Parts: sequence; structure tokens; C-alpha cells
Amino acid sequence: MKAASFQYYAPTSIADVVALMAEHSDAGIRILAGGQSLVPTMAYRLARPAHLIDINRIAGLDQITDHGEFLEIGALVRHEGFAANRLPARLGAILAHIANHIAHRPIRARGTFCGSLAHADPASEWCLVAATLEAELIAESARGVRTISSADYFRGIMSTALEDDEFLTSVRIRRPADDTLFGFFEYSRRHGDFALAASLVSFQLTAGLMQNVRLGLGGVEDYPRRLAEVESLLEGQSPSAAVFTRAGDLAAQHVNPSAADVDYRIELVKTVVERALQHANETT
Amino acid sequence: MKITLTLNGNKHQVDVEPRHTLTDVIRDACGYTGTHLGCEHGVCGACTIIVDGEAIRACLMFAIQADGRTIRTIEGLAQGNTLHPLQEAFVKHHALQCGYCTPGFLMLATHALEKNPDITDAELQDVLSSNLCRCTGYQNILAAVQDARDTMRTPS
Ligand SMILES: Cc1cc2nc3c(=O)[nH]c(=O)nc-3n(C[C@H](O)[C@H](O)[C@H](O)COP(=O)(O)OP(=O)(O)OC[C@H]3O[C@@H](n4cnc5c(N)ncnc54)[C@H](O)[C@@H]3O)c2cc1C
Ligand code: FES
Ligand code: FES
Repeated sequence: MKAASFQYYAPTSIADVVALMAEHSDAGIRILAGGQSLVPTMAYRLARPAHLIDINRIAGLDQITDHGEFLEIGALVRHEGFAANRLPARLGAILAHIANHIAHRPIRARGTFCGSLAHADPASEWCLVAATLEAELIAESARGVRTISSADYFRGIMSTALEDDEFLTSVRIRRPADDTLFGFFEYSRRHGDFALAASLVSFQLTAGLMQNVRLGLGGVEDYPRRLAEVESLLEGQSPSAAVFTRAGDLAAQHVNPSAADVDYRIELVKTVVERALQHANETT
Repeated sequence: MKITLTLNGNKHQVDVEPRHTLTDVIRDACGYTGTHLGCEHGVCGACTIIVDGEAIRACLMFAIQADGRTIRTIEGLAQGNTLHPLQEAFVKHHALQCGYCTPGFLMLATHALEKNPDITDAELQDVLSSNLCRCTGYQNILAAVQDARDTMRTPS
């Protein structure tokens, strides 16, 4: 299990990255961020890039910047970078909580938020975050910079709108209103394993009623997405165990699991949706 | 390509191919075979070492990425004939059987205790869940690391 040969580059600027990408995109070029997904795929020789660009020596990409209206997560922000963050209180707390569900400590010390989005594993927690909250992906190439809304980004299992010559320099998450509540629940067989199902929810409570409900589901279909039917069911309702159970049941009716164990996944959907809602409700 | 690694305090200049992982180079080129390879794809943690103060999976880093960095492996843990308190605790608590996973667990635990000498039992359980052991059933490893934490905090 050894990777095939490749040409290695360790540029120190974004400009150098995009120039290399433009030059070699036909021959097969990949960006190496944390390497926690790419190196295993190269060891299996499922990926055999002729050129590899290590971005770890580029300064300034490891910051989460609070721009007020949105948070900007640079291409070298590691999973661990969310553990002790100084982000707006509730959003910071939920992102730290979610980060703890990704793999194990040594992997979290290397793996990146943006790398997870580029890799687009159906069970990726960060992909669920991007799909559920309002996120924009900033992709740079020699052709220019473009912004991709998370709603248009995911295309299939490990397939995204990113082109072969594009470098995902950062992801922006619109800052939710300060009184937004968040809830997250995932089920995996062991702590740290990929989720078999996960749900993230956010809403505000106005006069005791749920408003601006966002509910995302990951790990079950080809890529994470919001469940519009469930969001409309919850909108304007007062949170209660009965409503949460109905939301879980409705979610189960509207998903198409891509995994083999369909019936089991559908049961899990009910549970993770219900528990994510309970989690949000407990943080009030 | 020529790279320089500072390995347990000694500088090693080695010639590597970009595709060589850090584990392969430490074992084959530098001759330190204490770092083990189990799965070679990030799952087992047998290859855990400390690079620039961070515990990482060495099978998921190419050696060329570690050019100029400071690396600590199992060979650097004991001081001469004196075992590190973690090694002592592993012996005392019977925290190894075949020993294949042991260097990885020791480096993982060394990093965890250095980063936070007051680490709680729950946090330790979370950290140690990173690596796999097919023999011990984990309880003795956990007990050994807890014991080492306590001795290292209050040196007698
Ligand atoms: C044992 C184990 C368990 C894991 N468990 C989980 C889990 O529970 N949940 C989870 O989400 N992940 C899990 N992972 C994967 C881990 O989170 C990875 O860190 C993540 O998927 C990819 O991030 P990376 O920075 O390591 O990317 P890399 O491995 O470096 O790259 C992954 C892919 O993205 C591309 N890429 C990376 N960065 C960019 C960029 N900025 N622009 C364009 N392309 C880019 C690469 O070219 C490559 O194709 C696990 C990994 C292991 C080894
Ligand atoms: S050999 Fe590196 S994690 Fe298994
Ligand atoms: S002691 Fe044998 S694998 Fe852990």
C-alpha cells in the first residue's frame, strides 16, 4: 500500500498554487491539505495524481476570521481549530461540538475544514454544516475567483462543483442571528467513526414559536442537504417532544438512502432528526 | 530529493522520493524501526509519532512534508536505561501483550500528558480511542496512562 510516484510542489502563495493548477490540470493535479483523506486514497492507488501541491507552507490560510456578517474559514483551518474558538457564542459552541465528532485527535490535528468540503464524503460533518447553514465557497483559479453557494455545490458522492484547476481558498458562513439555537446529533458505530446518519438544525424562538428553521441531514444520501418538507412542518410550531417525533417521521419519508441497509438508515433518520431538535431545544 | 529530519535530537539527512511516507523513511532510511505500520491508511494509529509538538499519523504524511521538522519517536522516550514513567506504567499495568500497537499508544499518550498534565479520565478515554489494540481490551492501557499521569503530576 504505497502511493504511486508524483511530482511534489510546496508553494508559499495562492498565486503559485493557481498557476500550477492551470499548468498541470490536464495531467492530473491534486491539492494536499491535511492529507487525512487524500493520502489513504493514494495508498490504495484510487488516486494517482501526477502532480501534488502541498499547501501547508502557505501563510495566513489557517485563520477563522469574523467579518461580522460572515465567518471566513481559510483553507488550512484544521478540524481542531474549532475546539477552542473565539467565535460568536452559540455558533462557536456548536462548531466545537461538531468538530469533536470528526475522527480522532491526531486526525483532527491535520485534517482541514476546506479539505472536507473538497473531498465531499457523504458523511462529512463539515459538509453537513455547509449544506445546512448559509455557506459560500470561494474557488480560485487562473481564470479568476468565483463564489459557489453551498446549495449548488454538491453533485454526488465525493463529487462537487469544483473544477480540476480550482483551489478552494476559503468557505464563508453567514453569521446567524445571535439568538439562533443549534442542535446536532450523529450516530456512528464507534465514537470517531464516519456517521451512519447525522442531523444539524437551527432555529430562532419568537414568542415561543420556531422561526427560520433550517434542518440538514447527512450520511444517508449521496450528499447532505436541507429537508424542506420538515422545515415547513416545524416553522411556526412550538417546540415539543411530539412535534420533534413528527419531524423525524416526516424526514424518514423524504429521504432516499444511498447505502445498502436502507431500512436501517431510515430508522436512524427518525432518531437523528428528533435528537438534533431536542439538542437545540436543550440549549435555550 | 534530500531532506533533513531532526529525529529524537539527531539530525538525519536522507534522500527520499516524494511518495515515501514519513513512517517508511523513519524506519527504512533512518533505521528507527520502533514506529510500526499497521494499516497504512490512517485507521489504526500504530504509526503515531510527534512532529513539531503534534501527535500525528505518520503514514498519512509524506516524509518530504517533514523536511526541517523536529520529530519524536518511541526510541526517544527512555533516558538511557531509565524508562519513561509511561513505559513503567505500561509494564506495571500489563498494558501490552503482543506490543505491536504500543509505540503508537505511548507517543499518543506522551503528547496528551505533555499538552495537559491534568487531563481528565474522560478526556484520556477520548484521546486513547484514537488507536487500535487487538490484544489488551484497552482497560489496562487506560489504567496505565492514568497512573502515569498521577505519578508525573506528583513526583515522589
Ligand atoms: C480514520 C479516519 C477517520 C475519519 N473520520 C472522519 C469523520 O468521522 N468525518 C469526516 O468528516 N472525516 C473523517 N475523516 C476524514 C478527515 O476529516 C479528512 O481530514 C477530511 O476528509 C479531508 O481533509 P484534509 O484536509 O485531510 O484533505 P486532504 O486529504 O488533503 O484532501 C482531500 C481531497 O480534497 C482536495 N482538497 C483539499 N483541500 C483543498 C482545497 N483547499 N481546494 C481544493 N481541493 C482541496 C484534495 O486534493 C483531495 O482530493 C477521517 C479520516 C480518517 C483517516
Ligand atoms: S499505520 Fe498509520 S494509522 Fe495505521
Ligand atoms: S498489544 Fe497487541 S495490538 Fe495492542
